[in-house]
Amino acid sequence: MYDVVIIGAGITGTMLAKDLSEYRLRVAVIDRENDIADSTTMANSAIVHTGYDPEDGTLKALLNPEGSRMYPDLCRSLGCRIREIGSYVAACGEEEEKHLRVLADRAERRGIPYVFPSVEKAREEEPNLADGVTAVLEFPTTAVIYPWEVAIACAEVAAENGTEIFLNSPCTGIGRTERGTYVVSTPERELETRVVVNAAGVGAERVASYVTENPGFEITPRKGEYYVLDSNVKLVNHVIFPVPSKEKGKGVLAVPTVYGNTLIGPNSDFTEDPGDIGTSPEGLAYVRENISRIVKNVPLNRAIRVFAGLRPVSEEADFILEEAEGLPGFVNAASIDSPGLASSPAISKYLIEHFISKRVSLVKNPDAVMTRRAPVVMADLTSDERNELIRLNPAYGRIICRCEQVSEGEILDCIRRKCGARTVKGVKKRVRPGMGRCQGGFCEPRVVEILARELEIDPTEVVLDAENSRILCGENR
Amino acid sequence: MRHYESVIIGGGSAGLAAAVALKKQGIGDIVILEKDGEPGGILEQCIHNGFGLQTFKEQLSGPAYAERFIRMAEELGVEIKLNTMAVGLTRGREVEYVNPEEGDVTVSADTVILAVGCYERPRGAIGIHGPRCAGVYTAGQAQKYLNIDGYMVGKRVFILGSGDIGLIMARRMTLEGAKVLGVAELMPYSSGLPRNMKQCLEDFGIPLYLSHTVTKTFGKSRLEKIELMEVDDNRQPVPGSEMYFDCDTLLLSVGLIPENHLADDAGIEMDPSTKGPVVDDSYMTSAEGIFACGNGLHVHDLVDFVSLQAERAGEGAARYIRAKREGTEAGERRVSVRPGENVSYTVPALVHPDSAWGNVEFFFRVKAPLDTVSVVIRGGGRVIRTIKKRKMIPSEMERVVLTKDVIAGLSGDVVISVEPQA
Repeated sequence: MYDVVIIGAGITGTMLAKDLSEYRLRVAVIDRENDIADSTTMANSAIVHTGYDPEDGTLKALLNPEGSRMYPDLCRSLGCRIREIGSYVAACGEEEEKHLRVLADRAERRGIPYVFPSVEKAREEEPNLADGVTAVLEFPTTAVIYPWEVAIACAEVAAENGTEIFLNSPCTGIGRTERGTYVVSTPERELETRVVVNAAGVGAERVASYVTENPGFEITPRKGEYYVLDSNVKLVNHVIFPVPSKEKGKGVLAVPTVYGNTLIGPNSDFTEDPGDIGTSPEGLAYVRENISRIVKNVPLNRAIRVFAGLRPVSEEADFILEEAEGLPGFVNAASIDSPGLASSPAISKYLIEHFISKRVSLVKNPDAVMTRRAPVVMADLTSDERNELIRLNPAYGRIICRCEQVSEGEILDCIRRKCGARTVKGVKKRVRPGMGRCQGGFCEPRVVEILARELEIDPTEVVLDAENSRILCGENR
Repeated sequence: MRHYESVIIGGGSAGLAAAVALKKQGIGDIVILEKDGEPGGILEQCIHNGFGLQTFKEQLSGPAYAERFIRMAEELGVEIKLNTMAVGLTRGREVEYVNPEEGDVTVSADTVILAVGCYERPRGAIGIHGPRCAGVYTAGQAQKYLNIDGYMVGKRVFILGSGDIGLIMARRMTLEGAKVLGVAELMPYSSGLPRNMKQCLEDFGIPLYLSHTVTKTFGKSRLEKIELMEVDDNRQPVPGSEMYFDCDTLLLSVGLIPENHLADDAGIEMDPSTKGPVVDDSYMTSAEGIFACGNGLHVHDLVDFVSLQAERAGEGAARYIRAKREGTEAGERRVSVRPGENVSYTVPALVHPDSAWGNVEFFFRVKAPLDTVSVVIRGGGRVIRTIKKRKMIPSEMERVVLTKDVIAGLSGDVVISVEPQA
């Protein structure tokens, strides 16, 4: 019998799993994908928004400022990279300038630092602000992270503390027992539990529909498409936002990532097919047209990748964090679209305080370790530090990825950890070979070889990402 | 800090030839830094024939061609550090490298020769839409899996781009039992060498779709299908021209890009056309004492020319070292060499008329296929040479030679153009 089963190993589910792992509870996380953070958490703008944007009175307005304030300490304790680079909201013309005032007022009330720099000063800091930009509102505490890194770190902490994590385990049904517990079915197992947390992202409506005819919400995936520019392009130093609108949400932005690439995007289109995460000519054309309103000289010919992600959006335009009606212990954490990433530490706290603590008793486990050993990033180290490491373990001296200077030692470490990488993409998410300008042209075969060796499987069994995504089909003649 | 007369970054065809040339010039204290476990570079995975006709007057496989230079380097006592990645370069010629035995080491050098090679343009840079499933590879990546590691990447293959590696892989995978459904090329002409078009496609009955491109991929975990469309004169897909191919593999052979992060670190001036450093007639870059050659300088059609240019880079480095030692100054006067009409770039892009040495070969490519034209070389506005050509194509690198005397007499910029015959 489990105390809590969490459906979905994205940022919401893993953050909650980490926090619950501090207590004496039996917790399981299930996910349909082949890795932690493989859907919405993998493909978004990677920003820790400060919280000026949500409308008053919403859960978003409550949880986003709180969550974003938790991030610096959280990342420090989890050994995750975070860069507090600040953001500019760029207004073009009088109408938009008025809206900057609205955002500043909200920020004021929510205790979020903001500045109105002169547009001249803003241009000094950001020479590529478009000529049509007439005013700028700056939020100095906006940060960027690798969202999947945080989710993976949370899963690792949870797993180290005893949380069970089952990948490739889609929820195929949920039953209710006579004593009021739930039985969550996956193709390979049935998990009986006191509490279910539905953090299934774009699948949350389907999961809820297993226990109730009327889930009370409707998830419509919205697709966002992005360009990733080469890290040697220095386009902007801050996150550059347009003025947000009700219809378009946060709009098309320019985002410097934690490792120096630039993201340009997203568009925001509803999509019929929840499995559709392909880019489209129309989507990227929209991104190209709209970024030029706020940023000029965008060298899209220096793109090294395009990608698309799905955001789980509901009619309510707010997070849905509630126990389903008439189903004590069945908690929906649904409709977690932007700023879900920034809010996730606060969402987790909220779920525990309002729902989970009412159904199971929370007793701290004195043996729980809530921190994670930070992964080595060779490219960040001084020469002396590198030498020390290579002397102890020569694998750190074997550079596998030329573009990002990732060593074999880093790759081995990410495979050998709890919730470690099992796939080529899993390695890429954790330690970055293939993130650079050649996109794995050189290093992918070497990563395949290392994975095969470490997992003790044949190279033909190594997959790119999903369970059947084999890279090699057989030996040659 | 250990000091070398020359540090050569890259132990492929360019680095080996440069090292051999340096040794032959009497420069003994040199080292090659090679990232892989053996020297030879990309030649090691090019197991097909056709290398060395210019250099050795015989047809060799890639590994056999490399072997000749590896042996020469060994005989001359060239030190090669394997499994060694150069991770930093300064304008003051300090090179930082990492390997498992020595750790992270910085050395200084009188000269540095960049022989770093190139990488393949990836999918993300060319805008094929659809999900990111397995089954999409660059041609060179598939070649490594097949020829080095011994694995096939798929059984039903479509190839985008008629670059030489793509063509070679069409033949190679067919011989391994795969079905190659076709090769698509965005341009109205092939970007591969004519001999590869004939020997790799025509001889195997593999269709070539000129003015076509792959616009979309389909598949959940592994590639299942691609969409091919015709493109118009602006290279935009023509609505209604969609064709679909069921395949599990898409190979991309859509361009090679010189790898230049070390050159960027050192603030070396780059040529936007070649995407490699700008070099003079000694193959020296804008950073004194730092030279460049091979596919990291500009992408070549034949390895023989890589060896030839790298040899001159090695000689150039040797002359630079000797001049420093003897205190003789290089000629101050510089003349730039620019592409004119129909020409996309020239290498080298600079000459020093007052310290010219030997005949200088200039390499260039035409922008589009041309018939019955003249290569016209002007110096200071005056026509120096005119060479008639029946046919010129972008996939073939062209070269013209100017003698030392002609270079010494140059009074103004050199412009190489390709014009209709007068």
